[in-house]
Amino acid sequence: MDIHEYQAKELLADFGVPVPRGGLAYSPEQAAYRAREIGGTRWAVKAQVHSGGRGKGGGIRLCDDEHQVWDVADDLLGKRLVTAQTGARGKPIYRLYVEAATPYRREIYLGFVLDRKTERVMVVASSQGGMEIEEISAEKPESIIRVSVEPAVGMQSFQAREIAFTLGLGPELIAQAVETILGCYRAFRELDATMVEINPLVVTEEGRLLALDAKMTFDDNALFRRLNISELRDKSQEDPRESRAADRGLSYIGLEGTIGCIVNGAGLAMATMDMIKQAGGEPANFLDIGGGASPERVAKAFRLVLSDENVRAVLVNIFAGINRCDWVAEGVVQALRKVDVAVPVVVRLAGTNVDAGRAILEQSGLPVITAATLAEAADRVVAACQNGAAQHEEKALAP
Amino acid sequence: MSILIDTDTSVLVQGITGRIGSFHTREMLAYGTKVVGGVTPGKGGTRCEGLPVFDTMKTAVRETGATASIVFVPPPFAADSIMEAADAGIRTCIAITDGIPAQDMIRVKRYMRRYRKDERMRLIGPNCAGVISPGMSLVGIMPEHIYREGPVGIVGRSGTLGYEAAAQLTELGIGVSTSVGIGGDPINGSSFQDILELFEADRETAAVLMIGEIGGPQEAEAAAYIRDHMSKPVVAYIAGLTAPKGRRMGHAGAIISAFGESANEKVEILRAAGVLIAPSPARLGTAMAEALGTLVERTGT
Repeated sequence: MDIHEYQAKELLADFGVPVPRGGLAYSPEQAAYRAREIGGTRWAVKAQVHSGGRGKGGGIRLCDDEHQVWDVADDLLGKRLVTAQTGARGKPIYRLYVEAATPYRREIYLGFVLDRKTERVMVVASSQGGMEIEEISAEKPESIIRVSVEPAVGMQSFQAREIAFTLGLGPELIAQAVETILGCYRAFRELDATMVEINPLVVTEEGRLLALDAKMTFDDNALFRRLNISELRDKSQEDPRESRAADRGLSYIGLEGTIGCIVNGAGLAMATMDMIKQAGGEPANFLDIGGGASPERVAKAFRLVLSDENVRAVLVNIFAGINRCDWVAEGVVQALRKVDVAVPVVVRLAGTNVDAGRAILEQSGLPVITAATLAEAADRVVAACQNGAAQHEEKALAP
Repeated sequence: MSILIDTDTSVLVQGITGRIGSFHTREMLAYGTKVVGGVTPGKGGTRCEGLPVFDTMKTAVRETGATASIVFVPPPFAADSIMEAADAGIRTCIAITDGIPAQDMIRVKRYMRRYRKDERMRLIGPNCAGVISPGMSLVGIMPEHIYREGPVGIVGRSGTLGYEAAAQLTELGIGVSTSVGIGGDPINGSSFQDILELFEADRETAAVLMIGEIGGPQEAEAAAYIRDHMSKPVVAYIAGLTAPKGRRMGHAGAIISAFGESANEKVEILRAAGVLIAPSPARLGTAMAEALGTLVERTGT
């Protein structure tokens, strides 16, 4: 789960990470008031969206007086911010964070990730702050410092000190840097984060460290014990189809294609998408309905997939284990009777009681196209999709 | 023979009294697996599916002599149960539970290192379908009837895609020595390489079908091992060729980030290591048949 910059800063400040003075605003009026409250002569007005690259996307603006703050806030609020990471639709701006803009002389990158290779928390730091870590590792790989944390004892002061000295920070900044690095690590560890990133961490003109931006991502599997974190969820930043799916225990990712997919198991779901592509089609989504393909879940899955208006055909691919095919077939039949399905549906069942399952589909009298193998299913759904698209065009031309 | 489990493997079920635990205990017993008991704290002294239930793994191991366990314990407590198994002297622990926090798994892996390598428990999973050695033992949740006995080892992250592979092999009359699900989580007990090492050493396994997916470094590690140490043919398929970059596809593990973690990069790395790549998920069986055919020709001449 992702959170906003201002939320990450609040959390990290509790762990001793220095952040600029700032305040949240939902209107231009509030933004101007925040600027006055913070004081000073220069402010950054920052769009709060779940994405990196906000600066380049025009979501972070520097202002020199309150009127400018008002104007910029008025311009940003309610808009959708498009960045390199959001896709063409962008993400809506409903909240702004107004901060004191502090002059600085150096930018540093500081990140904490779950490293799958060492199976430990890894600290990644670079003296090339301000850039994306992908750019840094491509352009200045030698500038990247990596430190792995021993899980039994946690991060040690000497490790933080080594990072600080390797970054070339002067002696007067070392204590601050150690506190910041250890604070981030403790936040990562104690809040079940999977990523903490401060980019940039700056050295101000006055010689202080300050986290100008902060990002945190959390382990969904651990939210059951982090209620204060799950409260920070902002559904406006999620693809509405994906959040609806998540609320129904389904794992859904919307894509650009025209063939809706309903599959059990993440690996099989990805393989099904690969098959559709090879057969000449484009998947409209990834959807894993989980191990238990109950009739209710199948019905929910149909509603979800069909809520995407680009969908011209649906492929159901279920490999039944404990959930026998006859039971899954009942579910598909029930779903098709309940949900208004106007596009062709191809169903491929395999596994336990497959013959009984296919018989149920055939006897239902519903216009379901069945397939025996993965390859057949992909071919049939792509063909059905192309026919459907042709008919769709005819209909559109008819009046 | 098989790897990890055979007819003699005696198994404890951790979380046996739960709905899922007891259901699969019945299935495993019906298959002929030597399930000898179970553990649910607070239910010691009772019986479940005709088997004795114990409060702790230590007592259960002492009373039954079990060497393997399967974990159905809910996610908040599963990591604790895995460490309990390691401490009780279990040799092979198969964790089915889906949804264990990543930092709990870091702790589990670290905890297991307190044992010398030759005494260390082997953990399979979590978030996996388990292990089956057809005709001998099932310590998992897979539909057993799609597997027949034979010379192919299967190792994969995904449950249902593993079933798909087994069904395609069975359709072609090809059997399986052991099928291992290593699970879809970012931090898991055994890697592809760990399982490939076992298959390489197993006399009855002639070839291996490896089913990977996007994300993580384990397929690339496996490729290096195959290139340098494996004599048996390996056929591989990597799911997620069409997955958009930077998105999670269900499995927490399936996040594309570093180089060598996209499906295309993995395919290239494996191909360069001499692995035969199945061109599509519909051709897992035929690709393996080809590999076995070449093997027969090679040994025949």
